[in-house]
Amino acid sequence: MSVTVEQPDTTKRRPPGRGRSRHEGVGRLAAYLVSPSLLVLGLVIGYPIVSALRLSFVKSIEGIDPDTGLITRTSAFSLENYTNIFKGDTGAVFWNAFWNTTTFTVVTVVIETTIGVCMALIMNKAFRGRGLVRASILVPWAIPTAISALLWRWIFAADGVANDVLHANVLWTTEGFQAWLAVVIADTWKTAPFIGLLVLAGMQVIPAEVYEAAKVDGASGWRTFWRITLPLVKPALVVAVLFRMLDVLRMFDLPFVLIGPHKASVETLSILSWYEMNNLRFGPAAAYSTVLFIYVAVVAYVFVRVLGADIVGRGIERSR
Amino acid sequence: MSRTAGTSVTETGRSEAAAGGVGKRRRWRNSPLYYVGVAAIVVYCLAPFYWMVVSALRRPSDQFSNSLLPAPPSLDNLKAAFSSGNGFGRALLNSVIVAGTTTVLTLILGISAAYALARLDFRGKGLILSIIIAMSMFPGIAVVVPLLQLFTDIEWINSYQAMIVPSMSFALPLAIWLLTAFFKQMPFELEEAAKIDGCTPGQAFRKVIMPLAAPGVFTTAILVFIAAWNEFIIAVSVVNKNEMKTANVIVSQFTGQYRFDQPFGTQMSAGVVVTIPLVIAVLLFQRRIVEGLTAGGVK
Repeated sequence: MSVTVEQPDTTKRRPPGRGRSRHEGVGRLAAYLVSPSLLVLGLVIGYPIVSALRLSFVKSIEGIDPDTGLITRTSAFSLENYTNIFKGDTGAVFWNAFWNTTTFTVVTVVIETTIGVCMALIMNKAFRGRGLVRASILVPWAIPTAISALLWRWIFAADGVANDVLHANVLWTTEGFQAWLAVVIADTWKTAPFIGLLVLAGMQVIPAEVYEAAKVDGASGWRTFWRITLPLVKPALVVAVLFRMLDVLRMFDLPFVLIGPHKASVETLSILSWYEMNNLRFGPAAAYSTVLFIYVAVVAYVFVRVLGADIVGRGIERSR
Repeated sequence: MSRTAGTSVTETGRSEAAAGGVGKRRRWRNSPLYYVGVAAIVVYCLAPFYWMVVSALRRPSDQFSNSLLPAPPSLDNLKAAFSSGNGFGRALLNSVIVAGTTTVLTLILGISAAYALARLDFRGKGLILSIIIAMSMFPGIAVVVPLLQLFTDIEWINSYQAMIVPSMSFALPLAIWLLTAFFKQMPFELEEAAKIDGCTPGQAFRKVIMPLAAPGVFTTAILVFIAAWNEFIIAVSVVNKNEMKTANVIVSQFTGQYRFDQPFGTQMSAGVVVTIPLVIAVLLFQRRIVEGLTAGGVK
């Protein structure tokens, strides 16, 4: 933040003519440096998005050619992939996936944030064993989601340790609320520490004097937390929550491996789209993924607007 | 001070403690509640992982025992995981190739873009950075559906490039963002000095910035590699031949050799094998990883 203050303003010192050519040179260099990345991103994201959008409006019609008797496949542009989403049996499947995606997002993010903030509060005090805590908190994050899904599938097996500990006999990985709960538990385990880590980073830049002042004013610990820690940690927390939300909205591998593909109780929009694609129904698959994409974009936009998550600013701010 | 603000979480914590608030902290630290809290975090994070390791080391015959230690321990599950029918060894190699290539390519592109975004003065910087960050928010499935069709047309199904190229869709925004943050932390006087000594911007980058940015690049490499190693949705979609599957995919698709429908013991031992490199990386580079995660705030 103090860096630019010391930075000499070079444009003023240079003669005008030279400054201009220098500036153009820098612009060209920047273009050379940035364009390969933009090209790749355009290829692996831009092209697929546009292509998916086009695909989602294509309806392939199978028919029999009256002259030859062969099966023909014609495709035409239509809105049918979208209108089909919302009505009839496919409508029920879609709304179920939409509901699962939404409930997963709301429930896991709320639980994860609560646990994450508690972890950060403890870690903020931690001196002895700080290294151990930090290493262990990174372990759930580092385990591939597919592997952690298998691990929880094993824990939640009929004769598994979860039933043993709970003295219960729940068939966790079969269709039903328990499958939904199993996914929530597994996701919480994996990502609450991640939120804790980000919140901790936010907590550690709060100056100790602020807490001192609160203490002098006779604020209780609870009040200090609500009035000082939480507001000051809010920027870090908001960004962490936003990233988690965007991540859960597109959740795929955890329910896919833990419970299975095409299971109504845990089917998310990503899995639904994948299932359609795997059955070569590309049009509906693209329509589902486009709806999901719009859903993610809307959530991100509202979140940034309402809570003022400053994502880009965090990157740029450092230069000032 | 401002340069290191985001980098060293621990140092700030320590100096803060030295500066003030020691009394309160110490009291808290000595209270049993504090130890309970720390123990709770460690148990919460490690217990399921411990269970994976224990299950991997059990004999297949007492796989369903729920004792806390494998008695007697055995490597049978591990041998079963590597048995030729599973193709797990090959899958590990595939994972290394895919994640490794993705990391290298991403770093080459990411470093140049991030350098320009962080340290060169040109118009549209904020916009480009916003676009790149927005791109990391796309759901993977939205990319996979059309790419699968494209790859079918150009016969890329069951190839490494079919996994590497789409992987860059999430790896590149992550890398550019992290590297931009790292490059920005370096003092701008460096290039000024290099320019005064007669360096072109390109030389200033190669001879002054890059050597100093090496730690940040290394951190980015770890995070990108871990993200690529953990990738699932692309790998499960564009490959259907066992020899080309990555470790994550093949382990989730192990079929039973024992009497139970799912070979949990084999899967757990294979899972341990897939996870161990990451856990070692985490233990060795924990400080760097935390630094990268908190600088980027991305998964």
